[in-house]
Amino acid sequence: MLYNVFVDPFVQMADMPDLLVQVLWEGTVAGVLYALIALGFVLIFKASGVFNFAQGIMVVFAALTLVGLHEKGVPALLALAITVGVMYALAWSIERVVLRPLVNQPDIILFMATFGITYLIIGLGEFIFGGRPKAMITDQLFLPRGAIDVHMLGGRVTFQKLDIAAAVIAGLMVLLLAVFFQKTRIGRALRAVADSHKAALSVGISLNQIWVVVWFTAGLVALVTGIMWGARSDVSFGLQIIALKALPVLILGGFTSVPGAIIGGLIIGIGEKMGEFYWGPLVGGGIESWLAYLIALIFLLFRPQGLFGDKIIERI
Amino acid sequence: MALKRLALGMIAATALSTVAAAQDSIYVPLLSYRTGPFGGSGVPIADGMHDYLRMLNERDGGIGGARLVIEECETGYDTKKGVECYEAVKGKNPVIVNPYSTGITLQLIPKAHVDKIPILSMAYGLSAAAVGETFPWIFNPPATYWDGASVFIKHVAEKEGGFDKLKGKKIGLLHLDAPFGKEPIPLLETFAREYGFELKLYPVPADKMQDQASQWLAVRRDRTDWIYNQGWGAMNPTAVKEAAKNNFPMDKLVGVWWAGGDDDARGGEAGGKGYKALNFHGVGADFPVIRDIQKHVVDKGLSKFPKDKIGESLYNRGVYNSMLIAEAIRTAQQLTGKKAVNAEDVRRGLENLDITEARLKEMGMEGFAAPVKVTCGDHNGHHKVYVAQWDGQKWTRGSDWISPMSEKVRPLLEAAAKDFAEKNSWPKRSEACDKRS
Repeated sequence: MLYNVFVDPFVQMADMPDLLVQVLWEGTVAGVLYALIALGFVLIFKASGVFNFAQGIMVVFAALTLVGLHEKGVPALLALAITVGVMYALAWSIERVVLRPLVNQPDIILFMATFGITYLIIGLGEFIFGGRPKAMITDQLFLPRGAIDVHMLGGRVTFQKLDIAAAVIAGLMVLLLAVFFQKTRIGRALRAVADSHKAALSVGISLNQIWVVVWFTAGLVALVTGIMWGARSDVSFGLQIIALKALPVLILGGFTSVPGAIIGGLIIGIGEKMGEFYWGPLVGGGIESWLAYLIALIFLLFRPQGLFGDKIIERI
Repeated sequence: MALKRLALGMIAATALSTVAAAQDSIYVPLLSYRTGPFGGSGVPIADGMHDYLRMLNERDGGIGGARLVIEECETGYDTKKGVECYEAVKGKNPVIVNPYSTGITLQLIPKAHVDKIPILSMAYGLSAAAVGETFPWIFNPPATYWDGASVFIKHVAEKEGGFDKLKGKKIGLLHLDAPFGKEPIPLLETFAREYGFELKLYPVPADKMQDQASQWLAVRRDRTDWIYNQGWGAMNPTAVKEAAKNNFPMDKLVGVWWAGGDDDARGGEAGGKGYKALNFHGVGADFPVIRDIQKHVVDKGLSKFPKDKIGESLYNRGVYNSMLIAEAIRTAQQLTGKKAVNAEDVRRGLENLDITEARLKEMGMEGFAAPVKVTCGDHNGHHKVYVAQWDGQKWTRGSDWISPMSEKVRPLLEAAAKDFAEKNSWPKRSEACDKRS
């Protein structure tokens, strides 16, 4: 047993280095995509201190809107532009109808409100688009298909072009967001709002405007996530489950850190793929779901605030 | 004002509850799921089931002069919600309940025995429920998951050149990590010992249905020769896509009948060509029964299903399921001479179900399905299934009708039923068998 746990997996890695590279690559792609989902959560948490339970369904709604519009005959790029508009309208509506009346209420109230938003969007999505799965319009969005086979390390490593595109787009998205938060006036205002609603209001920052911007940005992140995950499988309400993968990423990376979401996503993505592939067979497989949480909890033992989360010191 | 509203509400509720008890009507609840992660598979089945029963109402005025009262209850494929649905409908005198989920079925098995309501878990649920002596209220025709797995092994043996060629092969089970997905494992383990192949298990957790990279990398590492896909919902198109991505030979990936939806194979896009799945009914709209549904239900705007999709695999699955319900009711009417049969009558109807070729022709289902016979002792029948193959656009017949290895499956089912009865202090059957069954 000790051999199977502590020796055999490493023997396998040495024997089949091409497969090791393949596992690392698959983990990296999954990690980047987890990071994208986590980013949506981080954005809203930073601005309002609320864990947005609706982020998963926003991914589904954005992807369904895009594909649904295209099915109705709208050209792909126009459908993409309209979907961006729909996500803005959604952000504006949420701010007007849900958030504004709840300013200065306890965080738990806002958290529960996001439950309500979730079920409302589920109902709305099913009412408009039905429950049937749809195929992502990969070609129409000029996303690449096919694979690049690289013969290396005595074997073959396959890189899907779509996965490469996903990694590049997610990377660019993260870079843009980092610049947006650090270098722009709105980004700085957003960080002020995250620290204290009242203090931000007292220096003239419009809370309402910031919330619309943040929810809209989270909507854009949801759209990109939906396109990428949808192209890898299909566009259906099953996609909302994937949002759960952001939880261990957030625990690990911290709820307020953009770099934390990225590094956390990569650690979880690679960690769970390595764990499932090399250690999963020892316990019958299917360990990915809880392994991600185990990894996150182990990190928490050493850094309770997460990898990059803010250490909260309160005066008493 | 409030009192007036309350009184009106009570009157309306009473009126609704008496609908089911009306002399010339039969209440048939359908536990369906149109929402949630599995809704993609649930919608066509729910519509197929509804449309066939509605067609009987529109075309024939119901069954044997009794109109069908059809009511759906949304489960979201969630066991807890499914049990709530069952509790909600059982007071309305249902003649039969279709749980449409193995998880829900497992929960309802003990309840149905107490409430005396027959459960029809058509080709899903607990395989051992085929043993009528132990489970008088549970029915799972036309084939169990164990029958399906045995047909898969038979198909592999045929393609490999005989059962003796299975020795040393690696056969994988890619399965949803849930009761439904695990159901064929005991049978495949027994077969692995008997035929000398190595069984590889690839469980897919529910939250990884759309990300199966680990499982398919393991398939690549293990050099698995054949894969049996016991998948459902969003898991299936992803499996087909991943198989194509990993250059797994598509004609060696065979799905159980629940992995044989049009959207499952279509999701694999061009790479899905050649994918196989078991099936036990026809696909397409070119059957008299489907044309009748189009004429009496779809054309009148009474169906929720898109017109151009009528005849798809999972839609026809729903039609087939409702045909079994209707024939059980009809048989119950013949046995009892009553129009408005009750749950006990329909249980007897199910135990006497004998759908012959001639009867299939009468129903406009010639070539659509194989004959079905259920008896008091055998609540399944272990009927023939066939291997369907995706040609890139639609499902085609990939084999003739194949009989399951009943001679091997049946003793295992009986042993499993005995084991279930012992572990659960299960009561002995007290329901008498009809002579003809």
